[in-house]
Amino acid sequence: MTNIKDPKKYEVIGTRPLRPDGTDKVTGRAIYGGDFEMTGLIHGKIFRSPHPHARIKSINYDKALELEGVIAVVTADDLPVNPVGNIAIGYSRGNILAKDKVLYVGHAIAGVAATDPHIAEEALNLIEVDYELLSAAMNVEEAMDSSSQRIHENSFMKEFGEMTTTNNNIDEHFQHKMGNVDKGFDNADLIVEGKYSTVMVHQGYIEPQAATALWRADGSLTVWNSTQGSFPDRDELSNILDIPISKIKVVPLEIGGGFGGKIPIYQEPVAALLSKKAGKPVKIIMSRKEVFESTGPTPGGYTWVKIGVKNDGKITAMQSELAFEAGAYPGSPVGMGSLCVFAAYKCDNQLVDGYDVIVNKPKTAAYRAPGSPNAAFATEQVIDEISQKLGIDPIDFRMMNAISEGDRRVDGPKFPVNGLKQVLESMKNSPQYQKKLEGPNKGRGIAVGYWFNVGLQSSCSITVNTDGSVNLIEGSTDIGGSRASIAMQAAETLEIAYESVNPSIVDTSTVGYTAVTGGSRTTFSTGYAAHLAAEDVRDQMIKRASEIWGVSNDSVVYSKGQFSSNADPELNMSFKKLASQLEKTGGSIAGNGSINPKKVGGSFSGSICDLEIDPDTGKSTILDFTAIQDAGKAIHPSYVEGQMQGGSAQGIGWALNEEYFYDQNGIMNNSSLLDYRMPTSLDLPDINTIIVEVPDPSHPYGVRGVGEANIVPPTPAIANAMKRATGKRFYNLPMNPPAVISKLNQDS
Amino acid sequence: MAKVFIPALLHTFTRNVSQIDVEGNNVRTVINNLDMEFPGIKSKLVEGHQIKPSISVAVDGNITPMGLLEEVGEQSEVHFLPAISGG
Repeated sequence: MTNIKDPKKYEVIGTRPLRPDGTDKVTGRAIYGGDFEMTGLIHGKIFRSPHPHARIKSINYDKALELEGVIAVVTADDLPVNPVGNIAIGYSRGNILAKDKVLYVGHAIAGVAATDPHIAEEALNLIEVDYELLSAAMNVEEAMDSSSQRIHENSFMKEFGEMTTTNNNIDEHFQHKMGNVDKGFDNADLIVEGKYSTVMVHQGYIEPQAATALWRADGSLTVWNSTQGSFPDRDELSNILDIPISKIKVVPLEIGGGFGGKIPIYQEPVAALLSKKAGKPVKIIMSRKEVFESTGPTPGGYTWVKIGVKNDGKITAMQSELAFEAGAYPGSPVGMGSLCVFAAYKCDNQLVDGYDVIVNKPKTAAYRAPGSPNAAFATEQVIDEISQKLGIDPIDFRMMNAISEGDRRVDGPKFPVNGLKQVLESMKNSPQYQKKLEGPNKGRGIAVGYWFNVGLQSSCSITVNTDGSVNLIEGSTDIGGSRASIAMQAAETLEIAYESVNPSIVDTSTVGYTAVTGGSRTTFSTGYAAHLAAEDVRDQMIKRASEIWGVSNDSVVYSKGQFSSNADPELNMSFKKLASQLEKTGGSIAGNGSINPKKVGGSFSGSICDLEIDPDTGKSTILDFTAIQDAGKAIHPSYVEGQMQGGSAQGIGWALNEEYFYDQNGIMNNSSLLDYRMPTSLDLPDINTIIVEVPDPSHPYGVRGVGEANIVPPTPAIANAMKRATGKRFYNLPMNPPAVISKLNQDS
Repeated sequence: MAKVFIPALLHTFTRNVSQIDVEGNNVRTVINNLDMEFPGIKSKLVEGHQIKPSISVAVDGNITPMGLLEEVGEQSEVHFLPAISGG
């Protein structure tokens, strides 16, 4: 059971202290993956496919090995043999080093290690690969076409984890059904439907993937890398290299952004194999081109949505079909998209079909609320269309149909306590929505979005120092200020100052299992573990005080950093004083906390966008933008606001600029940050934030994860604003100037 | 008895039954008893001694990390869902 303290009594939570890692990061002292050095270090580079789909007939790296300075070359032949029938391990290893076929441009084929990174790069030019070119499928429609070349010849479509006999490029079909949609549409006065498409986009983290591996003579492996999760990395390295986890240590270094893209591993196993052959530590840093072409972006695809309503605004039926690009191996977020597509709306009749489609592009990875923005781009525009046709304010229409606690999701479970209606109320009352927007070519759009948030395992340890400070040991890599948000929860529980908590992020051999920094889980789960560890410390300190005073344990009370005893009012001692006496009263005190939460509350968010379109150039200028999100309880409001602004900025990028631009040969033409147009500060307005706090009862401080839901509503909010500015509905991303001009010309 | 919701893609397997009351004090016994009603359905949900990795089980709306060991109450709802992850 968890108890939410009265928020009015919080001393630390809700304040805005400085982050412990801030100074090192802004002065360049922090050690990132690329900064890591050690004696004997050599450098690795990876040879990659120039073709989107081809059979590998032969690989010859003799000339590369002869180049002075080259120490080792590895290919898929250096990976363990895949066990018969285990398709999953074949896919995992296949994406690390291609064996028989290459499945996308940038697919790794060989690794080279040399004394100098430039020699390693030169050696790549000496590797000769003979290919048999195959036709490529570059989008879901092409891939699903019955005449399309099969990318995995022996793979069949799965339904609920079971193989069917359908052999096409669809890896998995999801379906969720509630009530009777046909009956629901028959009862509708108005039906609106549309098919909306999104494109592949990248997380755009500033720091490229970087890792160093050392395979020692005793068979143990240590990896220092930039990662969202050292423990999952350790498990995946064990899986791919077929060595026990007891032989692997992953040391997480500072991370320069991830957004989901640094959950998978890419070059770590290659560096490990090169280190094994070379007998030296091997470092591999990706170039930006490699980051774009060879890591895991989020998919493009389509979402078709059909919604029926009565004239009074009540939704009677909702149906959707989603098909997302998995990339070269299965695993698009279409399953999550299928669950989010109608999450905000109550309706008894729903049918959702989702398809995970293999295409000749890099294997997709998580990206901030994976799948939900793609789905919302469709749903929130259809909802907007309906509200316009019925003449109902778009926020009022959403409020009329908003889900409440106890309403069912399309897959069946009931929603717990949530803040959707409070988010809508805040949107309606926001200064931006209350202000009139006037003038030609201007429009205001709104949208809402949902993300589940996840729990997963976290562990923390706390040791008490003799000066009354504590060391907080955690396994969650800090991407968005989690050192501070976790330390604040420990300080609140221990009733000591935030500055008295010294957080450290440690390797996989130094703390209990901790899952990824992702899924909006870190402040929730690792914060929960820190709270439990702090409770453990507090209880041990109470016991120690009772022993020192010779009173019963039950008589000792701890409040506001002071121990006292009900048995004798003269007995009292500060946390700091007791800490100084630990050595001579039984030794030091350490507390532990581990959790794998059974309950976790999701988060709803909203966006309001005012924009102006230049009809001559097609350029959209965002005039005003407000992000609203239910944070449960904002532990550190500045970091919550930062997440809301960051998610909004990325959503604006999806909407107006970003795309993997492929030519007809399946080659990405914009794999640099100069050509892949992410919004900069010059493109963005100040993003206003409104934090809504509807506490999640499953967390001791009511926390809801805030890292993801904020990226969901910006794209449809912008599309809805563009509809009002131009009178045109935009069905495809990105809605960049050429698309706007094309749309304006096409319809006129 | 717990109320078990059958995933849409298994409805053909259960003769279009979408929900059914089943005895059991944890997910394991619920699935065993469900398998007696619809022989073979256990193999769709369980691999070895665990819920299949591609599936999550939710009891009373909460996806549980305990899998087959999760306790189920008299009035509980049990759902089998595709596994999800985040970024």
